[in-house]
Amino acid sequence: MTETSDAEATRPIRVLVGKPGLDGHDRGAKVVARALRDAGMEVIYTGLHQTPEEIVEAALQEDVDVVGLSILSGAHNTLVPRVLELLRQQGMEDVRVMVGGIVPEEDAAELRRLGVVAVFGPGTETEEIVRFTRSCARGA
Amino acid sequence: MSLGKDILQGDRRALARALTLVENQMPEADEIVREVFGHTGRAIVVGITGAPGVGKSTLVDRLTGHFLSLGRQVGVLAVDPSSPFSGGALLGDRVRMEGRGSVVFMRSLAARGHLGGLARATPRAIQLLEAAGKDLILLETVGAGQSEVDVMGYADTTVVVVVPGLGDDVQAFKAGILEIGDVFVVNKADRPGADQTMRELRQMLSLGPRKAWQPPVLAAKAQSGEGIEEIAAAVLQHKDSAERNPEVGTRHVREAERFLRQALADQLVAHAVARAKAAGRWESLVEDVARRRKDPVWAAKELEGGEERE
Amino acid sequence: MAERRETLSGLEVKPVYRPQDAQVDHDRDLGEPGAYPYTRGIHPRMYRDRLWTMRQFAGFGTARETNERFHYLLRQGQTGLSTAFDMPTLMGYDSDDAHSLGEVGREGVAVDSLRDMERLFEGIPLGEVSTSMTINGPAIILFAMYLAVAERQGVSWSQVRGTLQADILKEYIAQKEWIFPPEPSMRLIVDMMEFATREVPQWNTISISGYHIREAGSTAVQELAFTLADGFAYVEAGMARGLEVDAFAPRLSFFFNAHIDFFEEIAKYRAARRIWSRRMREKYGAKNPRSWMMRFHTQTAGCSLTAQQPEVNIIRTAYEAMAGVLGGTQSLHTNSMDEVLSLPTEKAVTIALRTQQVLAHETGVADTVDPLAGSYFIEELTNRMEAAAEEYFRRIDELGGVLAGIENGFFQREIADAAYRYQLEVDRKERLIVGVNSFVEPDEEPIPTLRINPALEETQVKAVQAVRAERDQAAVDRALEAVRQAAASDTNLMPPILDAVRAYATEGEIVRTMRTVFGSYREAAVF
Ligand code: B12
Ligand SMILES: Nc1nc2c(ncn2[C@@H]2O[C@H](COP(=O)(O)OP(=O)(O)OP(=O)(O)O)[C@@H](O)[C@H]2O)c(=O)[nH]1
Ligand SMILES: [Mg+2]
Repeated sequence: MTETSDAEATRPIRVLVGKPGLDGHDRGAKVVARALRDAGMEVIYTGLHQTPEEIVEAALQEDVDVVGLSILSGAHNTLVPRVLELLRQQGMEDVRVMVGGIVPEEDAAELRRLGVVAVFGPGTETEEIVRFTRSCARGA
Repeated sequence: MSLGKDILQGDRRALARALTLVENQMPEADEIVREVFGHTGRAIVVGITGAPGVGKSTLVDRLTGHFLSLGRQVGVLAVDPSSPFSGGALLGDRVRMEGRGSVVFMRSLAARGHLGGLARATPRAIQLLEAAGKDLILLETVGAGQSEVDVMGYADTTVVVVVPGLGDDVQAFKAGILEIGDVFVVNKADRPGADQTMRELRQMLSLGPRKAWQPPVLAAKAQSGEGIEEIAAAVLQHKDSAERNPEVGTRHVREAERFLRQALADQLVAHAVARAKAAGRWESLVEDVARRRKDPVWAAKELEGGEERE
Repeated sequence: MAERRETLSGLEVKPVYRPQDAQVDHDRDLGEPGAYPYTRGIHPRMYRDRLWTMRQFAGFGTARETNERFHYLLRQGQTGLSTAFDMPTLMGYDSDDAHSLGEVGREGVAVDSLRDMERLFEGIPLGEVSTSMTINGPAIILFAMYLAVAERQGVSWSQVRGTLQADILKEYIAQKEWIFPPEPSMRLIVDMMEFATREVPQWNTISISGYHIREAGSTAVQELAFTLADGFAYVEAGMARGLEVDAFAPRLSFFFNAHIDFFEEIAKYRAARRIWSRRMREKYGAKNPRSWMMRFHTQTAGCSLTAQQPEVNIIRTAYEAMAGVLGGTQSLHTNSMDEVLSLPTEKAVTIALRTQQVLAHETGVADTVDPLAGSYFIEELTNRMEAAAEEYFRRIDELGGVLAGIENGFFQREIADAAYRYQLEVDRKERLIVGVNSFVEPDEEPIPTLRINPALEETQVKAVQAVRAERDQAAVDRALEAVRQAAASDTNLMPPILDAVRAYATEGEIVRTMRTVFGSYREAAVF
């Protein structure tokens, strides 16, 4: 019933892909989630319409290396800083946060200043996202 | 710093970290489990199994709400398959869970190639949740439909979920799902054919041997929350009956020997491999098996004997 | 490049088409324009008698900003209005709800109560202009508000013309703006259909939308098949309510995408009309030719546009618009070049509108009905699109219909697969996108974009709170209780909702009231 393995340690990268706020654009989030899965990562998808609180609690319970937020609704300036703030409150500064979607360059610069490690806009190759996510793994 | 102590104190981050160590089979995990093992075995573990899309996650969400209202400390483990190609996984069971903040601890586990509908780390994950004070654990298996018989080994009560119109599922029943269920739920009872399915199920169950616990067949509409109370009541009844009745048996009896065997197997294997590697024999033996010069059983016997025969 | 060429749907395209490829029986499969089976269009002389309606989707900030944009567009020669609502409005939350924080007025106009609706259409005579509203979950409430504005303007409902999207099925499938579970949502739609049939005879009650399905990543074939399947589901729901099919079917309209694969799109529109008319007549027994005619709006494909070299989007949009016109659309929205960056600036939307005007008045494509009819390629492709759609209808029937397909994630899975396949093709350069994976310019000049003033959120929050403070609260409480009772029974919800909006009950309050009876929807994760 249980396979006998010789207890080789495997540590897939765990990534949370979240859709905060009322935004329902999920095409990109799902494409990215699948690309990460196909690159061997374990992807926790939170579903739509999550509050920053729900996303951070999920990230905590799932012990992810990376939180990826997908926002195309223009509400990033409210939602992303809130997620960063809550992560800090939980002592989860080691969890990397990346953002994807429609984010004007001047806003992206501000989000990076606040601690977001990368912002990926339309037209980004999924390979680039995979490469970057790998580089965010804890202990990598 | 000791993660074990932090878990016992209810630190959610420590629990989450420890779950990762257990999943990754890191050596630190053994230490943590040792620290907390005395505090485990106290929760009611409810396995929820059934074919894909029958409503397992919806049911888990509703049962969570109900058990919370009964004052229970609820933990949830949901297992999804890993891709055989990349090893990655899409874990989507949280989507159906109502946001309940930190009150409920839910962890998604990837099967990571483990067969039987659960993840290898499942028993230890259960123990860690128990150590963190959870006294009711809902365990959702991979929705594969046939081979999740593992769940009965880990759960106090196994709930098998089906939907109206058994049709193809009859095969699954033949394949053994009938034997593992302690409670049967015909979900999506808002759909036509629920009564018929309940009748068919009851009839199939009546053909089996008479047992001290006769699995009830219950109807539910998980989406609207109907039938949830009855399922929860049946689960608790089954647990009582198991405690009173040695023939039904609690999971502790079932699991103790298996835990020991598994742990022993892991240790012996690790030792044997390490020894063979140190002696420089491992690679050549693997090579022999690969080239079909030796069959694996014979090769293992060789190692076990510690010396080359012939 | 590979020898095998395919359409965006993966249908093979040959280098040459010959007479034997195009198996069409003229009378059976094409017929005259304006006659059954309407393959060639629903009017005998098409754009000779009336050009398509130029209708740019617009909305941002508060009702005041959007009202100004409406007036601007009408001055530029636009011939119909199309309203974009913001996320809180689309999801049934008031602007001061916690869920709305940071979202007010960002993706459309914020409407909380009748007060906003009055302001939105200030100076716009509702008896003269036709208005389309992209709203689904709470459509019944916004419809009631629109009718109440007409009342206040002294315009009789019998003169009010316009379209409510109100296509809830594609919300679960693609757009994800659901509120209630599918069954009560379907009931709301049939309530509206029933009411409008009686009271607002020129209103298009549902705009059955493939646009969103396509934008979520589907192929053209899937767009065609899933949209029509949704359409048939509404017909069946209306008939199940006891409505005569010819009483409501003429007011159903459609909304399709115009993507970049030129000929496939044209074939799609032609196949859509043919399938609809045949089924309406043969399967549903409609007798009125207006029930057989598929009228549709078209929007060029937002997802075909790029953030890189945004000016190039003008060219893409022009080709897509031409496909829509050659396919016989009744109205058209052309995307602006800044589609991928933000809501459109005035300059960008003007160019987009001009694109339509050039098409209508300079290119000559509007002079002849269905000019591509008889092309071996187009006829063959039309046949293949139809056959591929029929194959999907068969699968959907096997699954137990559209609602069952939604519930077990069939549509969502098909679309997610197609979207992922497309992404991989672009990533691997099997599909070239100018500016993205070929002909890339390293240092691009950014173009100016529209920024929504974040202070508008506070303005709107204050406005809705002022409405609540000023109104007769007892009247609102009574009206909401009547809504609750109607929701719990099976009487039509339109009249009590009309009373509630007249009393300035807010959208969020009405939705909350209905939620107590209907519950909320949560989707399953489908990849
Ligand atoms: C497709 C689309 C839709 C579809 C959505 C279908 C779906 N289920 O996803 C439909 C038609 C339903 C739709 C509706 C609406 N839309 Co829309 N939509 C688009 C469109 C055209 C393309 C988005 C897309 O899917 N692209 C393809 C995917 C693969 O790309 P992507 O999401 O950008 O993802 C890439 C990167 O951004 C990044 N990424 C994305 N997510 C993540 C996550 C992580 C973790 C990482 C690392 C990377 C990453 O990587 C991806 C791969 O390169 C954009 C404009 C555009 N061209 O971008 C407008 C756009 C986003 N929509 C817009 C609006 C306003 C709306 C509506 C509000 C309209 C209305 N008022 O009714 C509604 C709201 C719908 C809702 N429920 O939220 C605006 C938003 C304006 C703004 N932010 O300022 C845009 C920009 C168009 C515009 N200019 O008006 N829309
Ligand atoms: N009609 C109806 N649908 C239901 C009911 N319960 C759940 N569903 C729907 O069934 C679908 C699948 O539900 P899930 O809870 O995700 O099923 P699952 O068994 O966990 O699925 P997997 O984890 O993918 O195997 C969803 O669309 C639910 O909304 C019910 O009582 N009636
Ligand atoms: Mg599930």
